[in-house]
Amino acid sequence: MRFVRRTWAVVRKDVLIERRTKETVNAVVFFSVLLLFVFEFTLGADRERLAAVLPGLLWLAVLLAALLGLGRTFVLERENDCWEALLLTPGDKGAVYVGKLAGNGLLMALVETIVLLLFTLFLNVDVAGALPGLLLVLALGTVGIAAVGTLFGAMTAHVRARELLFPVLLLPALVPVLLAIVRSTEALLAGESLGTVDHWLKLLVAADVIYVVAGLLTFDVLLEG
Amino acid sequence: MMRSLGIVAALGVVVAGIVAFGLAPREVTQGNVQRIMYVHVPAIGVAYLAFILVFVASITYLWTRAPEADHIAHAATEVGVLFLGVNIATGAIWGKPTWGTWWTWDARLTSAAILFVVFVGYLLVRRMTDDHERGARFAAVVGIVGALNIPLVHFSVYWWRALHQPPTFLKPGPAAASASIGWSLLVCFAGLALLGAYFVTKRYAVLRAHQQASA
Repeated sequence: MRFVRRTWAVVRKDVLIERRTKETVNAVVFFSVLLLFVFEFTLGADRERLAAVLPGLLWLAVLLAALLGLGRTFVLERENDCWEALLLTPGDKGAVYVGKLAGNGLLMALVETIVLLLFTLFLNVDVAGALPGLLLVLALGTVGIAAVGTLFGAMTAHVRARELLFPVLLLPALVPVLLAIVRSTEALLAGESLGTVDHWLKLLVAADVIYVVAGLLTFDVLLEG
Repeated sequence: MMRSLGIVAALGVVVAGIVAFGLAPREVTQGNVQRIMYVHVPAIGVAYLAFILVFVASITYLWTRAPEADHIAHAATEVGVLFLGVNIATGAIWGKPTWGTWWTWDARLTSAAILFVVFVGYLLVRRMTDDHERGARFAAVVGIVGALNIPLVHFSVYWWRALHQPPTFLKPGPAAASASIGWSLLVCFAGLALLGAYFVTKRYAVLRAHQQASA
């Protein structure tokens, strides 16, 4: 119970800060809109071709936005000199991790909603039929990306050239999650049922569990600063 | 102790060389190119052993905070990355005449490549952290997550695509390679494993001396 309350305190604090400054949300959302233009310009306006690589583009947009957003999670705490306060949180530091993870999950969910809307609008793809399955894949993938991102974000907040090191650490670690979500999105958009991608879903669940547990167990060590 | 390990490792490498180039039979279809396997296959074995050592030593370090455990993890990562690099390079050299291409996004090539970048990331974190003790802690977390990720990478990449010729060893059913090739590989693995062990102990000694000098 205490754990949940502490987690909630961290989430509330971060959401409140974000609601008042709107720094990260504004930049990340705008960035993902820009990505759409970049995709269009680099790949050409050929609808057929864009539709063929759509699952990859969709997740590329989410991933790049996540690289920007998640890397900032703990930079904020350093800039505002709040790191010691986090360290002084009583009890299990895992609560701070889960709180930050939830905050990042919310941010990513927002980006995903916008990206998905824009893609359907601009690229004229119909996702309505695949939506229930797609939401499940999105949710599982988001937990995985946010879990590793939050963990490595806490680390790189203390490192020289953090903008460089964060993606270098995060991208290879996320390969399994990335493959799973892109392949299942591909299958779902092609009109296949969730049953055909169940091995990918199991892999996603396994990855989520492993990353979150690893994060909970090692977060103390990173919070020491 | 370390010197004798060095001598044994040197002997092991010489014996492995003799076996690989002399005693092992010339493979019928691939010819002498197949002899690259005597470096390629043992190298990945040594790399995996090294990464298991990184995993165990990293957990031990976070648990006990003994600098020795960190030195072992650091040394084992360097050696693992080296041998994995050798594995990837020899694989490419073998692949060009045999498959007709240096590189293909096949399942096992891809997972080796991912493993390589993950553990290069481990070394980068150490380099880019100013405080030594902090770098050790951060690197340990990267090492643990990276090692836990190995099975996930393996399955995801395997489902993504599998073109590599199926594993010759460690699979059910009769062995595909002839017994003499199998024995030669085993000898070469022993030689390279000794070399890897020697590298790890040597790097460990250097890292410890370095720490004592700066303390």
